Amino acid sequence: MKRRDFVGLTGLAAGALWLPSVPGFGGTLVDPARLLEPGLDVAVKKRLADAALNAAKSAGATYVDVRIGRYLNQSVFTREKQVQNIASGESFGAGIRVIANGTWGFASTNQVTEAGMAKAAQLAVQIAKANAKVQKEPVKLAPQKGHGEVSWKTPIQVNAFEVPVKDKVDLLLAANAKALENGATFVNSALFQINEQKYFASTDGSYIDQDIHRIWPNFSVTAIDRASGKFRTREALSSPMGLGYEYMQPKAQDKIAGPAGTGLVGYKYSYDMLEDATLAAKQAKEKLTAKSVVPGKYDLVLDPNHLGLTIHESIGHATELDRVLGYEANYAGTSFATLEWKAKNLPYGSKNVNIIADKTQPGSLGAVGYDDEGVQTGQWDIIKDGKLVDYQKIRDQAHIVGQNKSDGCCYSQSWQDVQFQRMANISLQPGKEKMSVDDMISKVDKGIYIAGRGSFSIDQQRYNSQFGGTVFYAIEKGKIAGMIEDVAYQTNTVEFWNSCAAVCDQSDYRLFGSFFDGKGQPSQVSAVSHGSSTTRFNSVNVINTARKIG
Amino acid sequence: MAILSQSEAQGILQKVLSFSKADECEATLNGQTGGNVRSARNAISTSGGVDNVSLTVESRFGKRSGVATCNQFDDATLRNCVQRAEEIARLAPESPEYMPLLGPQKYLTSANSFAKATADITPDYRAAQVGASMKLCDEKKLTSAAFLNDAAGFVAKRNSKGLEAYQQTSGLEFSITVRTPDGTGSGYATADYNDASKFDARRLTQIAADKASGSRNAQALEPGKYTVILEPAALVANSDASLMQALMSALDARNADEGRSFLSKKGGGNRKGEKLFDERVTIYSDPLNPEIADLTFSGDGRPQQKITWIEKGVVKNLYTSRYWAQKAGIPDVPRPGGWIMEGGSQSTADLIKGTAKGILVTRLWYIRPVDPQTLLYTGLTRDGTFYIENGKIKFPVKNFRFNESPIIMLNNLEAIGKPVRVNGNLVPPLKIRDFTFTSLSDAV
Repeated sequence: MKRRDFVGLTGLAAGALWLPSVPGFGGTLVDPARLLEPGLDVAVKKRLADAALNAAKSAGATYVDVRIGRYLNQSVFTREKQVQNIASGESFGAGIRVIANGTWGFASTNQVTEAGMAKAAQLAVQIAKANAKVQKEPVKLAPQKGHGEVSWKTPIQVNAFEVPVKDKVDLLLAANAKALENGATFVNSALFQINEQKYFASTDGSYIDQDIHRIWPNFSVTAIDRASGKFRTREALSSPMGLGYEYMQPKAQDKIAGPAGTGLVGYKYSYDMLEDATLAAKQAKEKLTAKSVVPGKYDLVLDPNHLGLTIHESIGHATELDRVLGYEANYAGTSFATLEWKAKNLPYGSKNVNIIADKTQPGSLGAVGYDDEGVQTGQWDIIKDGKLVDYQKIRDQAHIVGQNKSDGCCYSQSWQDVQFQRMANISLQPGKEKMSVDDMISKVDKGIYIAGRGSFSIDQQRYNSQFGGTVFYAIEKGKIAGMIEDVAYQTNTVEFWNSCAAVCDQSDYRLFGSFFDGKGQPSQVSAVSHGSSTTRFNSVNVINTARKIG
Repeated sequence: MAILSQSEAQGILQKVLSFSKADECEATLNGQTGGNVRSARNAISTSGGVDNVSLTVESRFGKRSGVATCNQFDDATLRNCVQRAEEIARLAPESPEYMPLLGPQKYLTSANSFAKATADITPDYRAAQVGASMKLCDEKKLTSAAFLNDAAGFVAKRNSKGLEAYQQTSGLEFSITVRTPDGTGSGYATADYNDASKFDARRLTQIAADKASGSRNAQALEPGKYTVILEPAALVANSDASLMQALMSALDARNADEGRSFLSKKGGGNRKGEKLFDERVTIYSDPLNPEIADLTFSGDGRPQQKITWIEKGVVKNLYTSRYWAQKAGIPDVPRPGGWIMEGGSQSTADLIKGTAKGILVTRLWYIRPVDPQTLLYTGLTRDGTFYIENGKIKFPVKNFRFNESPIIMLNNLEAIGKPVRVNGNLVPPLKIRDFTFTSLSDAV
C-alpha cells in the first residue's frame, strides 16, 4: 500500500498504541494498512498443511489436524473528547493437533514453513506419547468424511478494516459528544473488530479456507452527583455481531421501538450509536434519582438485549456436553442437566420454551461454515416444548451419548491454542402468536421491565443465578410506571424457565452477543450470539441491591 | 531462547535503541518458557507448551507515540520493528496525557523471583505429577479435574533516557477439584509457588479428596447472616474475580478523584487517610518478600518497593498513573503485583476450634460486581461448605449465594489467621460475622 493510502487509512490513528488487556486480542501490533494485505495463497497453505500432516503421521500419529491462522484485530478506545488508544494487531501461525498412542497432543509454531510445520508436528506427537504413559482409555473420534477443498466467508457488506480509522474515531467522539451534551459526567467508548482467516486441514481429507468477521461498538456513560457522591452508569445497548461495518450505519428498518414510556430502541442488524449515547446520558442522570425497588415477587418482562445473557448462562453453558461430562469441573463447573437428569425427561421449561442451537445464523457471532475440527455446521434442537432433547458436542464426546456425529462446536481463539468445545449460538424461538412488547406489558399487573446486561452470576452447575440489568422500569397495572434502581433477580434455572409465560413474535426478535466468553484452562475466549424476542416470566424473586458502607 | 541472560537481553535492546531516530525510544523484551497439562475424569484432556520471546518498541516524537512488536531478533526484523513504531508515532495524534520517559532508576535486587527447579520442568515431570494425582483419585474411587501450569522467563527494559532493568521470574500453579462418583460431594485445593521444588500434586489432591468425601449429602440451611470462616482460596481465587482482589483493584487514585469509586468523597476528593476498615486490617506489598517474590519494576519502569496500602484500617496510599499523579499533585505510586495481608499465627483449623457456630467456606465462585458505589459483589460458595458448631465441623451444608462488600466484610472481622500464598499474594483465613447469604444453591 502507498503511503498516501496508509495515511488515509490511519487518519487520526494510533494514539498510545499498545494492545489493550482484552482477552483474545493478542498478536503483533501492526500499522492498519497491513490488515488489508492478503494472506497466504490457499495453494501455499495446502502445501504447508500437508507438510505437517505427513510429518505427524511419520512420527506415529493416527489422526492429525492442522490450523493455519491469520488473526487480525483492531480496537479503538476514546474517553470524552480524546483518543485513548488505537491498536491494530496481527497474529499468524499454525497449531497442530494429533492423536498418538490413543492420546491427544498439541503444539503450535509461528515458523510457518515446511520445516517449522514438521517440527511442530513432531513435538505434538512427542507430547501425546508422553501423556499416553498416564492415560487409561484411548481417544475415540466420531467419524468425519473429508470435505475436499472448500471455503466459507461471513456474509458482510463492508469490511470494517477497510474503513479509515479516522471515521471510526469520529464516530466514537461524536457519540461521546452526544453523551456529554445530554448530561454525562464521563463517557468511555470503544469499537472492536476481528477478522479470523483460518485454514484447516486434516487426515480425514478436508482442506477448508474460512474468512470470519465480527464487530462490537460499546460505551459506558457515567453521571455523578457531586453533592451526594452518588454515581450511576448506563452501558450501550448495542450487541456484538457477526457483521461488517454496515452494522455501524443505522437503518430505520432495523429499529424496534421499546415499551411506551421508556424511550428505548431495540436494534437488529444495524446500530445507531449517536441515538443510544444521547438516551444513555439522560438515563444515567435519571438513575441518580430513580426509586429503589421494593424486594418481592414480580412478573419480569425481559428485553432480548438482557435475556440473551440469561439464555447464555442458564441454557447455553448448561447444555455443553463437556461440562455435563466433567471436563470443566475444576474451572467453570459441571451441569445440573446430567445424562441421568435428561433420561428422566424432566421439564427444563414451560411449553413456551423452544431453544435451537445454530452455527449458521446470519449476523450471529458463532456463524461459521465449518468448526475447528472440520465438521460442517448446522442447526439442531436443544429444548423442544420445554424438554431437553440434545446437547452440544464435539467429535471425541459424541460416542459417550450414543451418537456418531459431532455438532460442529469445536473452536480455538487462536492458532496457538488447542481447540476444544465452545458454545453454539443458542436462541429462544419467538412466539407463534402476534404479540408486541406493549401488548405483553398491558397484561402485567405488577412487574419490572429490564433491558441490557448488568451484573451476572450463576453457580457451577447452572442452577442458582442472579442477574441485574442496564435499565429497569416498574410496570403497574399494564403500564410502564417510571424508572427504578437497585434491581437484581435470583432464580433457579428450572423454576425460571418453567415460569416463562409468553414470548413476543418474530417481529421483536433480535440477537444478543457475548464477545469474550471465557472457558477452559488455560482460559480462552469465544464469541456467541443468543436470539430471542421480549419474554415474560411470572413471579420471579427480586432483591434490592442497595447497601450502606459508611 | 526463551530465558535470555541480562547481557544477552540488554545487548538486543541496545541494538534496538541504536536503530531509533525518534525523540524518545523504549524497548522491552519479554521471554517465557513453560507448559501446562489439564485433566478431567481422571485422564489428561489437553496439554500444551509455551516458548516465546517478544520485543515491544515504543517510539515518540514530541507528544506523539507509536508502539510495535516482533518476536524475531535478526537485525532486519529489529530495524523494521523500530521503523514501524516510528511510522505509527508520526501519524498519531498528540497525547494530552503525555509524560516523558523515565530516566535511570534504582531497583531492588530480588533473589527469589526465579527458581531453576521451575525452569527445568519437562513434559515428563508434568505428566508424572498429574499422573500421581489421578492415581490417588483412582485408588479412592473419586473423580478429579485439575490444571497444572508452569513458566519461567524474564523481563528486560531499556530506554533512550538511560533506564535499564532486568529480572528473571518463574512460577507454578496447580488447582484440583475432586468429586464423588454419586455427584453429592466436591472438594478443592490450590497452590502456587515461585519454586516448583515445593510442589506436590499428591498432597494437594489429598486435601481436595478429603473435602469431597466430607461434603457428601449436604444439608440445607436457611440463607441469612452467618459467621463465616473464609479460607484464603475463598478470598483470592486463581480463576475468577475475588473479594480481596476487588478491594485492591479499587485503590485507584484517579477513579476516586473523579467521583466514581467507593473511595470518592462527597463534594469531591478522595478518602485517603480515613479509617474505613477494622483496625486489625493492614495490607502492604513487598516485591522482595521471599514467599511471593515479584518484579521490582512496573510496566512503565517505575520501581516497585515495599508500600503500605491499608494500615490499621486506614487507607494509606492509592496507586496512580504518572500523568494523574502530576496533574493531581499526589505521590506517584505504581499498582503493585502481589500483596500481603497481615495476620496472626492461627491456622484455619485453629479458627474453626474457636468458633461456636459458623460456616467454613473453601472457595467462592462466579464473583461479579453488583454496585461499584458500595463495592457490592455477588457469587457463590462451592467445593466444600461446612457447618461448624462448638469448634468442630458438624456436617456439610448446601452452597449459598452471597451479596457482600469487602468493605463491610473487613469491618465485621472476628479473627485473622496465618497468611498463606494464594495466586501470588499472602492471604490469611478470615473469620467474619454477619456475612450475607441471600439464597441457596442446589449445585454440588
